[in-house]
Amino acid sequence: MRTLVLYGAMAALLIMVGMVQSWNVSLTIINMCIISAIMALGVNIQWGYAGLFNVGIMGFAALGGVAAVLVSMPPVPAAWAAGGGGIALSGLAVVATGVAIVVLRRKLTGRLRLWGTIAAAIGGYALIRMAYDPAIAAIEAVDPAATGYLGGLGLPIVLAWFGGGLLAAGAAWVVGKISLGLRSDYLAIATLGISEILIAMMKNEDWLTRGVKNVTGLPRPVPYEIALREAPWFVDFSAQLGQNPIFFASIFVKLCYMLLFATVLIVLYWLSEKALHSPWGRMMRAIRDNRDAAEAMGKDVTARHLQVFILGSAVVGIAGAMMTTLEGQFTPGTYNPLRFTFLIWVMVIIGGSGNNRGAILGGFLVWFLWIEVETLGEPLMMMLASGLDPAFELSERLLDAAPHMRLFLMGLILLLVLRFAPRGLIPEHSGPKAARKR
Amino acid sequence: MTDTLNALVLFANFVFVPGLAYGSQLALGALGVTLIYAVLRFSNFAHGDLMAFGAMGTILFTWVLQGAGITAGPLPTALLALPVGILGAVILSLIFDRTVYRFYRAQRAPPVVFVIASVGVMFMINGIVRLVIGVGDIRFADGGRFIIRAREFREMTGLAEGLALRSTQLITVVVALVVMVALFYFLNRSRMGKAMRAYSDNEDLALLSGINPDRVVLYTWIIAAALATIAGTLYGLDKSFKPFTYFQLLLPIFAAAIVGGIGNPFGAIAGGYLIAFSEVTVTYLYRKFFTYLIPGWEPEGLLQLLSTEYKFAVSFVILVVVLLIRPTGLFRGKTI
Repeated sequence: MRTLVLYGAMAALLIMVGMVQSWNVSLTIINMCIISAIMALGVNIQWGYAGLFNVGIMGFAALGGVAAVLVSMPPVPAAWAAGGGGIALSGLAVVATGVAIVVLRRKLTGRLRLWGTIAAAIGGYALIRMAYDPAIAAIEAVDPAATGYLGGLGLPIVLAWFGGGLLAAGAAWVVGKISLGLRSDYLAIATLGISEILIAMMKNEDWLTRGVKNVTGLPRPVPYEIALREAPWFVDFSAQLGQNPIFFASIFVKLCYMLLFATVLIVLYWLSEKALHSPWGRMMRAIRDNRDAAEAMGKDVTARHLQVFILGSAVVGIAGAMMTTLEGQFTPGTYNPLRFTFLIWVMVIIGGSGNNRGAILGGFLVWFLWIEVETLGEPLMMMLASGLDPAFELSERLLDAAPHMRLFLMGLILLLVLRFAPRGLIPEHSGPKAARKR
Repeated sequence: MTDTLNALVLFANFVFVPGLAYGSQLALGALGVTLIYAVLRFSNFAHGDLMAFGAMGTILFTWVLQGAGITAGPLPTALLALPVGILGAVILSLIFDRTVYRFYRAQRAPPVVFVIASVGVMFMINGIVRLVIGVGDIRFADGGRFIIRAREFREMTGLAEGLALRSTQLITVVVALVVMVALFYFLNRSRMGKAMRAYSDNEDLALLSGINPDRVVLYTWIIAAALATIAGTLYGLDKSFKPFTYFQLLLPIFAAAIVGGIGNPFGAIAGGYLIAFSEVTVTYLYRKFFTYLIPGWEPEGLLQLLSTEYKFAVSFVILVVVLLIRPTGLFRGKTI
């Protein structure tokens, strides 16, 4: 009942924006809301199901963006010809070094083992750099203004959503393997570190992602507005609806996106609910609520944590790829932890951790507020400032202050919800009622 | 011979001296993190921003002092303003402890809840700092810039390479040393320090022997905030003050604390220097160094192991290696 009312209110809010501002704005917000909801779903899988604190959501979302580039952009044959071999060679060198280290560590013993490992690592690193440096220099020299990178596979971008999930899952496996099984704080620190490093790589490895030069003009899964305006069937269609085809085209494109995204959200939601109410989900909650008891029952806690961490990260990766698809460009410079990590956390905690419907509602509500508060906040600040002498420094300061206020308010909201409503808007079902429901 | 000397001077100038200064800053930061961890038992994500807040207080009071025409002569005025910055950071920490952490302490909430709460606190402090002082780069070092200038050094020794020693670097190292000695004296000799160590070792036993937990927590916050302010101010003096860099310092600081053994103050200091020296040596351009050492060899590249953008990867890799091989850290901190 509560769920229905809250979702109804959310829908009413979105419709209100459609009526008051414009349907275009409303649909833009809805699309980002859906993506945020998917990210929140992924984080809820980690936090709500298993109690894992991931502070690197930004990194996993950005990996989804990388996948979008690597899957959908057309390959650059000249760059492949110039440096493809070198990159392959350095990849080979990485593998060879890894194998050498493993072999040495097996064969050698005592002090020799440590020095052997160090020597192999240093030698291998020199070898890798020898192959890698000329290769990337060659690739980045190929028409740097337009390409300067290897390009992608030239496949439909929808496939990138799976690719994003896979990339994020791979990264999550590495991080989880290292830090799970230790204190819970270590996972937080490790994810914080890996996300900063991933973003640094995306900004600097120009041969892969063009770095801060950005990749623009990603292919779209839906038609272009300009093509629609000229298509006869579309002109007829909008005439039937009594709409101006020029304006209706952009709304139509956004509706297409919405349908695609909503499908993904529904599928993922259905899968997460199934998982949550399966024996696996019960085991997860058992581990979360009493780790020692679950361990005593013979559950492999670390392995289960790794599993759920990978699954949640993959969902975040999918959402990251979808976001890059929607924006049509990959811009590593725009990823910042506030927007991509902590905002998602606020969504999950406000919505209701442990409850997928709560997480989705949190995604919608918080994103809506994040956007709308700015539209409301600016006139408010203007009003505050208008009473003052414009030459006075303070009025300028007030206008500049708006984005920083967001930081402060986000922190405040997080703390308030955590303390006074830790179960969120739609709390997790528990006890016999939850069991009866399924 | 001169070539070897030149290479050594070059190395000292670009690696050893900056590494020593940076290491001292990290060590002070890591000490704060480790103390909070030892007593309050959570990783304080707000520590980087607490450093920024303390440094901000110091900067603001520095401006007041400068406006009044008070300077510290050859030393930076910020050193005079430091107590005010510390006071600000202490008050802020105590407010947050009262309003946020105390509630969870009473509940005996799991550590991860504390961590999330500290993230919330981090945002609020970050927002305050940006609101008050803005996001731009601020340089507030004044007084004498150099102890030894590169040119003077060259004239003095007749070498081709110069060794510059900035006053902020020397001040950083000296202040850090003084603070560390004072801290260890406090922890090992004073009644309160012993109580803190006892509380950290075994909370229940400490409570049974009549140690007042509220006072222990109070002192921990005061010391941590003071350490954060000093570390933040020294970092700002040495480089420049920019709120975002303090958030980024969080990773090397955590790495330092964990590598040394979290909860162990001595480990935090060792970890700080270890991380700093690794970061500086790995990102240094070795080209000129080797041309001195191996005559007749002109390397093609810059001979840089890792580009500067990846310096955070260094602390991360060290962190990972330690977590894999010895999760308790080099000096055996709290058990995992």
